[in-house]
Amino acid sequence: MTSRKIEILVGLFVAAGIAAFFMLAMSVSNMSSYSTGETYEIKARFDNIGGLKVRSPVSAGGVTIGRVSNIQYNSESYEAEVSMQIEAKYDKFPIDTAASILTSGLLGEQFVGFEPGAEEEFLQGGDVIDLTQSALVLEQIIGQFLYSMADDSGEAE
Amino acid sequence: MERHLNYPISDRGIVSVMVQSRENNKISYKAADLSDTLVKIRDLHFSRGSRKIFDGLSMDIPRQGVTAIMGPSGTGKTTLLKLIGGQLTPDEGSIEVDGLDVHQLSTKKLFELRQRMGMLFQSGALLTDLSVFENVAYPLREHTRLNEALIRHLVLLKLNAVGLRGAADMMPSELSGGMSRRVALARAIALDPMMIMYDEPFTGQDPISKGVLVSLISELNNALNVCSIVVSHDVPDTLSISDYVHFISAGKVVESGSPEALTSSNVEWTHQFIHGDADGPVPFHYPADPIMDDLYQRGK
Amino acid sequence: MNLINRFLDRMQKIGAATLHSFRRLGRGSVFLLEVISSCASLFVRPLLVVKQLYSVGVQTLIIIVVAGLFVGMVMALQSYYALVDFGAEDSVGVMVALSLLRELGPVVTALLFAGRAGSALTAEIGLMKATEQLSGMEMMAVNPMQRVVAPRFMAGVISMPLLATIFSAVGVIGAYMVAVELLGLDSGAFWSQPQNKVDLHLDLYNGIIKSVVFGVVATWIAVFEGYDCIPTSEGLGQATTRTVVHSSLAILFLDFVLTALMFTK
Repeated sequence: MTSRKIEILVGLFVAAGIAAFFMLAMSVSNMSSYSTGETYEIKARFDNIGGLKVRSPVSAGGVTIGRVSNIQYNSESYEAEVSMQIEAKYDKFPIDTAASILTSGLLGEQFVGFEPGAEEEFLQGGDVIDLTQSALVLEQIIGQFLYSMADDSGEAE
Repeated sequence: MERHLNYPISDRGIVSVMVQSRENNKISYKAADLSDTLVKIRDLHFSRGSRKIFDGLSMDIPRQGVTAIMGPSGTGKTTLLKLIGGQLTPDEGSIEVDGLDVHQLSTKKLFELRQRMGMLFQSGALLTDLSVFENVAYPLREHTRLNEALIRHLVLLKLNAVGLRGAADMMPSELSGGMSRRVALARAIALDPMMIMYDEPFTGQDPISKGVLVSLISELNNALNVCSIVVSHDVPDTLSISDYVHFISAGKVVESGSPEALTSSNVEWTHQFIHGDADGPVPFHYPADPIMDDLYQRGK
Repeated sequence: MNLINRFLDRMQKIGAATLHSFRRLGRGSVFLLEVISSCASLFVRPLLVVKQLYSVGVQTLIIIVVAGLFVGMVMALQSYYALVDFGAEDSVGVMVALSLLRELGPVVTALLFAGRAGSALTAEIGLMKATEQLSGMEMMAVNPMQRVVAPRFMAGVISMPLLATIFSAVGVIGAYMVAVELLGLDSGAFWSQPQNKVDLHLDLYNGIIKSVVFGVVATWIAVFEGYDCIPTSEGLGQATTRTVVHSSLAILFLDFVLTALMFTK
């Protein structure tokens, strides 16, 4: 085998490896969601975040507009403090926007949903959302449901 | 006809032309000057595991002419060459080559010294993934910055000297044993060394290729005016080309001298070795208890 | 008395074996350092590495592609049957992608690499030693560490991550073929779930780091066994076997260590 042939084959091999990497990065991993663009930070406080995690999506109207970047527990207000990086192009959220922790599907991932308000002023980087709704915890709902059932049956008797 | 052409031995790169008329079959030797010592071995001790191979060996090898080191199999003749080449380190004693203590040199200096040594391995040790041409070119490419045309000239000349210019494009696997030894010889002289070491060059060769190697060794030695060290146990062929012979056995030099002197030597050991007697100082039987004891014990 | 002697004999054997393996480990470590320091010389002669990339990388490629394709297809099939009971068959894509990137890609590639390329490296270097080619190079004032061992080592270290990435990519394609073309899953769901769940840094990069580590270890063991082998046909056979066994065990053990370091918090 001539050395030219060997070099060509090795070149193809290396190119195939790099192509495979980009294929995996683009179509299988979340590289496309690593937006290279600018982001700004919004915080929100929740009583209970359920199963929310760092890097969970933040969406408005079903469109992903950012990611959760940090989750901390504030031991003064006894609340969970969630920091989110929102893409800079989505900068027109009114200051009375509500944030709630939702679940995709019945047992799916949890994410933060934004519900825009009606104010004229817009949220700036570092602002805190006051209107929040905590995660629905299935055990609590079932507990409440059973409790109310018991109440109902008690009244009926 | 005078065949001893004294070409300048260069450090590297200068073509030493060794193309000589082959029709002249009678080789006339010029007595080599044996007084100038190139390799000086003093009180050499070396052992492999618990087996002692050299036990206070001392010898001098002259700068010119063919020096043969002979002895029975397993006496460490190959080991001696590896010690001279610095591939093995002795337990005690010293080896000086051209005034340099081989085992005190830094790696860099040792490699510089090795460039001036050529070694012909028993198996040829050709690089199997390179062609014959590339094998001979290998040391030139590694150690010189000659251009491609000059390398080609040099390689073809060296191959011509061993009679294998026509095999330049063959791969080592296509060569016979004798041919690969000749290619290895061409490679060993590629850098015009000051000494060439031959490790059992005649072992396992048919009479024709043995004859070729015998005459090549002596021709090259005369043409290049170098120090040739031949390690062998092939008595008649080795004696016919050597200027000086060392016999070693049991880790020591038994006797040294010119081939003529040794052939008529009175030393019993030398006599047995040269004439190949079955019994003598080297006994036929490996050391053992008396046979009757052994048989009696087994029967128990 | 006999019993005690037998016991002592047994102990002596265990002790000797332990010492022997420690000695080999020590020699191997010194050897690795030597190889790494010899790698600097490769910048002068990159062609040596290219040649070895051919025999170590390109020639291993076919087995990697075939294995990757089938592993991906089988994974898709199996996870489909497991997930369809929960109505979660849309997660086939993410399951296959995560398993391939995190574990199967690097590990299976490394095991195949040890069997195909590692054993060949050991045999080649061992044979060069047995036929005195390495000694011959030394006597030509050429360091075989730099000319023989270092290019092979370098080629192995470069090849492994490339091969593992190709394995994973082909595996995902195989899974796509089975899940979407054969089982009729929605192709959008197949791709979108991994895009949400597979993390570029955590999963893809860590998988590549794993394969680099496996590449270093498998190639190191292969070249060391070849260089250190007893230069007879029997010794060579043993060295080749040892290469495959030791590197496979080392890869599986290191995979556990690396997984514990990377994916647990």
